[in-house]
Amino acid sequence: MKANERLFTISVSPHLTTEEDVKKIMWNTVISLIPPAAFGIYIFGLYSLLLIITSVVFSVLTEAVFLKARNKNWRQCFDGSAVITGILLALTLPPKFPLWGIAIGAAFAISFGKQIFGGIGQNIFNPALVGRAFLMAAFPVESTTWTAPKGVDTFTGATPLANWKFNHIMTPYKDLFLGNISGSLGETSVIAILIGGAFLLYKKYIDWRLPLSYVGTVFVLGGIFWLINPHKYPDPLFHILAGGLMLGAVYMITDMVTSPITPRGRVIYGIIAGVFVILIRLFAGYPEGVMFSILLVNMIRPWIDRAIKPNILGEVKK
Amino acid sequence: MNKFTFRGGVHPPYNKITSNKKIEALPLPEVLYVPLSQHAGKPAKPLVKRGDVVKKGQKIGEADGFISANIHAPTSGKVKSIMEHPHPVFLENVPTVIIEADGDDTWFDGYGERKDWQERTREEIINDVKEAGIVGLGGAAFPSHVKLSPPPEKKIDTVIINGAECEPYLTADDRLMQERPEDMLWGARLIKRAVGAEKVYIAIEDNKPKAINSIQDALREFDDIELRVVKTKYPEGAEKQLIKALTGREVPRGGLPMDVGCLVHNAGTSIAIYEAVRFGKPLIERVLTLSGSGAQGKGNYLVRIGTQFSYIVGKTGGTSGDIKKVIMGGPMMGISQYSLDVPVIKGTSGILLFTSKEVKFHEPYPCIRCSRCVSVCPMGLLPLILVDLVKYGRLEIAKEQYGLLDCIECGSCAYICPSHIPHVQWIKYGKSELRRKK
Repeated sequence: MKANERLFTISVSPHLTTEEDVKKIMWNTVISLIPPAAFGIYIFGLYSLLLIITSVVFSVLTEAVFLKARNKNWRQCFDGSAVITGILLALTLPPKFPLWGIAIGAAFAISFGKQIFGGIGQNIFNPALVGRAFLMAAFPVESTTWTAPKGVDTFTGATPLANWKFNHIMTPYKDLFLGNISGSLGETSVIAILIGGAFLLYKKYIDWRLPLSYVGTVFVLGGIFWLINPHKYPDPLFHILAGGLMLGAVYMITDMVTSPITPRGRVIYGIIAGVFVILIRLFAGYPEGVMFSILLVNMIRPWIDRAIKPNILGEVKK
Repeated sequence: MNKFTFRGGVHPPYNKITSNKKIEALPLPEVLYVPLSQHAGKPAKPLVKRGDVVKKGQKIGEADGFISANIHAPTSGKVKSIMEHPHPVFLENVPTVIIEADGDDTWFDGYGERKDWQERTREEIINDVKEAGIVGLGGAAFPSHVKLSPPPEKKIDTVIINGAECEPYLTADDRLMQERPEDMLWGARLIKRAVGAEKVYIAIEDNKPKAINSIQDALREFDDIELRVVKTKYPEGAEKQLIKALTGREVPRGGLPMDVGCLVHNAGTSIAIYEAVRFGKPLIERVLTLSGSGAQGKGNYLVRIGTQFSYIVGKTGGTSGDIKKVIMGGPMMGISQYSLDVPVIKGTSGILLFTSKEVKFHEPYPCIRCSRCVSVCPMGLLPLILVDLVKYGRLEIAKEQYGLLDCIECGSCAYICPSHIPHVQWIKYGKSELRRKK
């Protein structure tokens, strides 16, 4: 053997890497979205599936166009991240939202929520929520026109939170938990969302600190207000079961790109977001505060990451 | 048994396939290439010239200054030349003594068992170690006598013998502990005496049950030494992490183990120290692991310093498959080689021949801030931020606020990264830029 005739690869250590990659993480997250999406389709009908597909197609398309325009490898649009954005956007919208509307929303989410910041990993805000906020401003009527699930006979089709805020009707916990209620496509069933969340936790894609501090804060703070005035404010269990809180806690506040990088930072982040939820739900014009709470805390995130750093080994303790 | 560990770390596939392979002495090569720089610190000054006849163990390079180490002839023979030759650590060729073996392998005068070796004093032990040119055999190759001579105001109370061997594939220390536990424990005892410590711990990862048993058995004769089983996790054997795991003490940033009263020596080094004190034997050979899917004769070999990698590979049955990468050391911190025509040096703990089975090329993807690098960093750093800071030239911020210089380059971050970002490469680059700008 003439050793010096061979060509060896030279690289800096380590010479081993994990088998996991971004694609796997993203596509597994897509899988985790199946339970709430499937449940939404089941109770609201096949139109919901169409809504999800439209959203995904336009997300991926927008991603591809931007990647091409930015001279990047356009095939990166299939890394799964745009698919997640597309599905999440659909899950946060009313089940009968117009298709052309969600197409615009998806394009907005990817372009203004993600690509103008520099694409994957660079965005400050959760892209799906950017799209959602845009649609809420651009299509206020369509964004708040709810439909009752198939076979459920409610007179308004209003969501449990709206029913509480405007009609003073409380929805039973069991319905909130199982999800046979009116609301956004993917937010109604707590149990379906928890199944997806359990999968994400098992895969270690999300840090339990984020949903726990977020939901915990809503529970505690909501509970305090309820104790002060149980007639005016809903009980804490209702707070955490109703609306988009669970969907936000499992799939949005946990977004790797837009959440803090340290464990302590994540707890602080979750708590601040939880406070926003309660403030908006109880004292603002909207019945729901999840979307804005996460967008607001997204904005604070860089500051949290700058302020909260882990202790370096051997650092002199102050 | 209580298991000790540290915060962070990763679990790469350990692949300790050679753990049951007995240490085998390889036949002596005809030519040996002994670099004058095999250690941290200044290269040794040559004591021989072309044509000189040398004996096995004869000093051929003199330590230049305090932080340097002696170099000895690995066998008897003739100095063919002293010339620049490829080296497994340095990019440039370095001055190397090339010795033609005469095949007799005759020891230098003065080699042999010392009657009083068990009673050697502190000064004698340190001198023996210095004379023998012993350096850390775990890979870093720091001169051992320097570690044994802390300034008087630094009192060392705890000696840790590092048998963690947390690098995947490597089993040299594992085998040494299985086959020569008493020698290692004697080395530990001598180190303890040299620094006047009170406690000695032997640290072994729990994936080496045979080494643990063998040390446990041998410990019956050594009641001054304690075995501590540590969790199998990379980098458990990193000095600062091991100290933290066993004693709870944190080596201060920028400090040394002696700042917290600790001294860590590798298991192999401990045996070398024992041999130096008992026989006056210089460090002219070492045990290394040959492994990786490209190696036919996977195993643990006792080889002379200066033996070419190509000789070892050839003598053990050659290669299998298409070798893509040759690594000196372990896969996590080892150094990739451009050629097999480099010699074994004192720090060569292993030679890994990787084929496409182990070597996978990944195009780095943008960071998605998953923060796995943060959770695995054993130093508590933020690797993703460090990479960005180095990338954009903000080295002072990286150093002052994000601990760039605290990085031990263990590679846990780059290993775990789903975007396959070469953190260690960026951090090394950042450190070298900092040095350059000074």
